[in-house]
Amino acid sequence: MPLWLFTFLAVIAIVGAFGVILQRSPVHCLLALALTLVDVGVLFVGLGAVTLGFLQIIIYVGAIMVLFLFVIWLLNLQSEAKPNGHLALKFFGSIGAAALAAELSVFFFSAQPISRVTSTPSGYGSVEDLARMLFSDYLVAFEVTSILLLAALAGAIALARRVPGAALLRAPAEIQRAARPGSTVR
Amino acid sequence: MTTPIGYFMALSAVLFAIGVAGMLIRRNVIVMFMSIELMLNAVNLAFVALGRRVGSMDGQVIVFFVMTVAAAEAAVGLAIIISLFRSRETLNADELNLLRW
Repeated sequence: MPLWLFTFLAVIAIVGAFGVILQRSPVHCLLALALTLVDVGVLFVGLGAVTLGFLQIIIYVGAIMVLFLFVIWLLNLQSEAKPNGHLALKFFGSIGAAALAAELSVFFFSAQPISRVTSTPSGYGSVEDLARMLFSDYLVAFEVTSILLLAALAGAIALARRVPGAALLRAPAEIQRAARPGSTVR
Repeated sequence: MTTPIGYFMALSAVLFAIGVAGMLIRRNVIVMFMSIELMLNAVNLAFVALGRRVGSMDGQVIVFFVMTVAAAEAAVGLAIIISLFRSRETLNADELNLLRW
């Protein structure tokens, strides 16, 4: 992948990632995240992982992001009226994240080169190669994955189902506060 | 000129750090969840870049499994969020103190 193309894609990815954490409206955050994910998919293709790049776009952007979008619509989420949360946490969180990025970048730039492969074998990243690995070396993990997905399916249905008496989950103090006259219910 | 693999790793590190920052800064549960997806993707990028470097397909297979786990996690997590919103009518992580004592 030429350097100018990488630079272009990296800038888009970082802008999208900042859009995820800096925007007020959850829908806008989601669109920025979808931009980043498509961008990472293109980077995958550029790295030779063609199948994975398209899977990334189909599964992440096509399925997971749309699931997020459905939940945001279902809950009718509005933009946050004002910034909330602890200021100290934001301050130290930003500093900590910047330190983490700097540390990891220095580490990766100064890492010893490991056996560089200049030419990849033909068919690298193709569906055939990926499938051959999945159904030979990683067969057990692949089958366990199907059980995981089944469990997640059942768990999601059980969790999101409307349970009678679920209002009891409300904290007792809040119920008392709501019952008191003159108080506002959040 | 081809891009050195270290650049991909640095981009992966930056994306991961932005995900960590989002996790710490934001109080909206759904946006925190999106930050987790961002971190997962940063790690996926590192896997694919290093797999390309050593010329093996194992990194891509791992990324395939990470994607599967992310899908399962998104389904269960969003179900939890719906259930939480139904009982508490808020998505602010500061007000969700069901498990706090």
